[in-house]
Amino acid sequence: MKKLYEHSATELAAMLRAKEVSAVEITKATLGRMEEVESKVDAFLTVTAEQALQQAQQVDETIAAGKPLAPLAGIPVAIKDNICTKGVRSTCASRMLENFVPHYNATVMEKLAAQGAVLPGKLNMDEFAMGGSCENSYFKPTKNPWDTTRVPGGSSGGSAASVASCEVPLALGSDTGGSIRCPASFCGIVGLKPTYGAVSRYGLVAFASSLDQIGPFGRTVDDVALLYRAICGRDPKDATSREAALGEIEAKVKGLRLGVPKEYFGDGISAEVKTAVYGAIETLKGLGADVVEISLPSTDYALAAYYIISSAEASSNLARYDGVKYGFSGRRDGTLNDLYLSTRSEGFGAEVKRRIMLGTHVLSSGYYDAYYKRAKLLQNVIAKEFTDAFASCDLIVTPVNPTTAFKLGEKVSDPVQMYATDICTVTVNIAGLPGLSLPCGMGEGGLPIGMQLIGPKFSEARLLSVAKSYETAVGGFAVKEM
Amino acid sequence: MNNNFETVIGLEVHAELNTKTKIFCSCENRFGAEVNSLCCPVCMGYPGTLPVLNQQVVESAVKMGHALNCTINGVTKQDRKNYFYPDLPKAYQISQFDVPLCENGYLDILVGDETKRIGVTRIHIEEDAGKLIHDDSFDGTLCDYNRCGVPLIEIVSEPDLRSAEEAKAYLETITTILLYLGISDAKMQEGSVRCDVNVSVRPHGATEFGTRCEMKNVNSFGAVYRAILYEAERQMEVIAAGGTIRQETRRWDDAKNKSILMRSKEDAQDYRYFPDPDLLTFIVSDEKISALKASLPELPTEKTLRYVKDYNMQKVDAQLLSVSKARADFFDSAVELGGCEPKTVANWLLGDIARILNDRRIELSDTALTPQHLVEMIQMIDKGTISNTAAKTVLEEMMATDKAPQQIVEEKGLAQINDSSALVAIVEKVLADNPKAVEDYKSGKTNVAGFLVGQCMKASRGQGNPATLRDMVLAAIEKL
Repeated sequence: MKKLYEHSATELAAMLRAKEVSAVEITKATLGRMEEVESKVDAFLTVTAEQALQQAQQVDETIAAGKPLAPLAGIPVAIKDNICTKGVRSTCASRMLENFVPHYNATVMEKLAAQGAVLPGKLNMDEFAMGGSCENSYFKPTKNPWDTTRVPGGSSGGSAASVASCEVPLALGSDTGGSIRCPASFCGIVGLKPTYGAVSRYGLVAFASSLDQIGPFGRTVDDVALLYRAICGRDPKDATSREAALGEIEAKVKGLRLGVPKEYFGDGISAEVKTAVYGAIETLKGLGADVVEISLPSTDYALAAYYIISSAEASSNLARYDGVKYGFSGRRDGTLNDLYLSTRSEGFGAEVKRRIMLGTHVLSSGYYDAYYKRAKLLQNVIAKEFTDAFASCDLIVTPVNPTTAFKLGEKVSDPVQMYATDICTVTVNIAGLPGLSLPCGMGEGGLPIGMQLIGPKFSEARLLSVAKSYETAVGGFAVKEM
Repeated sequence: MNNNFETVIGLEVHAELNTKTKIFCSCENRFGAEVNSLCCPVCMGYPGTLPVLNQQVVESAVKMGHALNCTINGVTKQDRKNYFYPDLPKAYQISQFDVPLCENGYLDILVGDETKRIGVTRIHIEEDAGKLIHDDSFDGTLCDYNRCGVPLIEIVSEPDLRSAEEAKAYLETITTILLYLGISDAKMQEGSVRCDVNVSVRPHGATEFGTRCEMKNVNSFGAVYRAILYEAERQMEVIAAGGTIRQETRRWDDAKNKSILMRSKEDAQDYRYFPDPDLLTFIVSDEKISALKASLPELPTEKTLRYVKDYNMQKVDAQLLSVSKARADFFDSAVELGGCEPKTVANWLLGDIARILNDRRIELSDTALTPQHLVEMIQMIDKGTISNTAAKTVLEEMMATDKAPQQIVEEKGLAQINDSSALVAIVEKVLADNPKAVEDYKSGKTNVAGFLVGQCMKASRGQGNPATLRDMVLAAIEKL
């Protein structure tokens, strides 16, 4: 028999309604599981056990009063630490915000609270979401539940690891260049990077504002749909947000045209990843999908464009951490410049400083046209290639990462090699499209491999329904015993 | 002042808009509140917060654009100007860089009796920064973030101004228009209008501009005037001494009446402007632009022309009336009431009333005077009920209390005496008391009649009809 913590959110919600279990029991199972495996995965930066139990208690009172329950009522949802949670410290895994406790909630937190979702804690990440391995956390690296000597991927490594190790059924992460899809793939779970604007960014600590999106992690497609449905939609506090909604997900593939872009299956992609993704494409074909070979010729330039645009925006977004009003504050006994220098030199980690310097450079007078402006032009070209591609296919299938999860420490000394792991995911952010990562097999050493489904803007329902067909066809996704 | 040189001036005027809320959040936009009482996570630049543009700001700026005859860019964007300073919580100011909301306009100003057209390069919207407080009682600097996110428009002129007088007239006209449009409190003393002044000098007749210096912190009409005189003189002295002007930014210290070097061009900051990714391109529809244009009130220049045309007024008088919205509104209301000559109303407003206000350093709105009462008073003069002299007493009383002129005349017994029989005794006494004047008159110095009439007016406590008295005085002298 399944343990309580092993159940999906969808199952837990049904059990709660059938009164087979109480919300407090669910939360206790979550907190118990966290105690059991947290020392191995290191997914959490802050655990809010007391608050979680109180929230669960309230849900049980609602049930006892016979009042209707919102879909996420009583379901534990852990939150990436770059999403502001009122009264709970939100560190971005940075020394800079080590003791920063926001007095406001992100819009997604307001939505979750309105549904009665339970917050068990805040999750580790690469500092300010910059990284692909979760090793750039100021506090600790998170480990991959499938092999704790390996990285969980990043930057939302804590989110993926907490869900994959069954600490929580659901987690929120954020994705600027692959930060949801990469760890979902490394940890063998489902992760959705929504269309840019589908989910409010209010309260998400900005890395690259034009690329950042909050999105859900789950062990099943239905769970990801459940959480996405709760958080999407226009927010008057975010001028870039748009109307978005999600109905029920139906498994449906027949007659869909799957575009397979040859540029995403090049030499940089390992053989086992290619084999697994091609295998998944065959499965979908078997379910009635048509496969179309397509070309996205500017893919090679995407990585450069991405690192220029994201770093440029980051250099400006992170300028506010000056030690004056909140967060880490350096030398206060010297000049104003001393305060700025010491705050930012000591408060930020190496990767963050590298991106700030890169971004400052590409926006500088004399370099703006050569870098930032050209990158923005490339962005338009890449977006247009996707639009054109969607004339001949309904969605696109690619790998998520070139390889399976790599060893902790393996790439930390080589930022360029680390950046290259984003090759398959950054284009989706650049074009503002939705991208879904779902497991499609195992590689050497029993490490999960993910495939990416990319659709036109606001086609989340389509991505989820194809993912659900695949999930059903393969009999569900494996969960790592720990 | 060296007469071989001409001064070239361009102004950058920052005006705070009087919108209900701030530009990117719902905090109240109000001057004078307790420090740090009007701020929120958004205007304090807290992590994760986002700006949402207040549409009222766009509307106010477009109105100003129309008033200054600008082209309105219906599709525009906002950009980040990046720099570190403790009064700027995000370490960038959201402004507009290459596509301002309004551009290529002009403003006609009146200097002396001459109208001059000054080009307006652009008007853009941006957010204000906070205020740093340096207090001697405290070892450090304090920050008040109430002003963070207060909406500003920056109005940039072409280098078309040629004297401190012109610059002052330009700035006064800008503030008048802001008040006419009702989009800003336009109070320089409260900092709701601030000015950066660009000054260069060149030999008369030169076609190239000289190197300019920018002066910051010029915060009153008088300071603009003084700063320009000072800076032009400084530059001419440098050139006369064989030196060259370096492009630099200087801070005007009005108390010391001099400008101080802040930074030279080599130290100019690189603001790394780029489009703000949190705020998408924004669009003002053609319909909206037209509707805002149609909503503009009559502006000072139009008023001046109308007064000249409809009321046959001197241009200078018409201009003096329109330059103050309060005065022009008062005038228009009085004229609308009718029953007296508009020019007479103007003469009272620009004459005695202006003098009293000026002497007491108060505004028209600080007095009890109403257009209705002024018109009634003028009508009493026209009918001969009171003399001009008595009217001055009535006016003083009307400004101090809300009594109608009729009541004041009755209470103070100021009604004019037109009946000559009641004035005979006064005339006889004045002539008897002033034999020398009478002799002078007889010997041909007829202008002493005025003196004698004045003495009679005085003796009648201002109540005698001056025309009647004059006739009586002349007749009486003839009889002597």
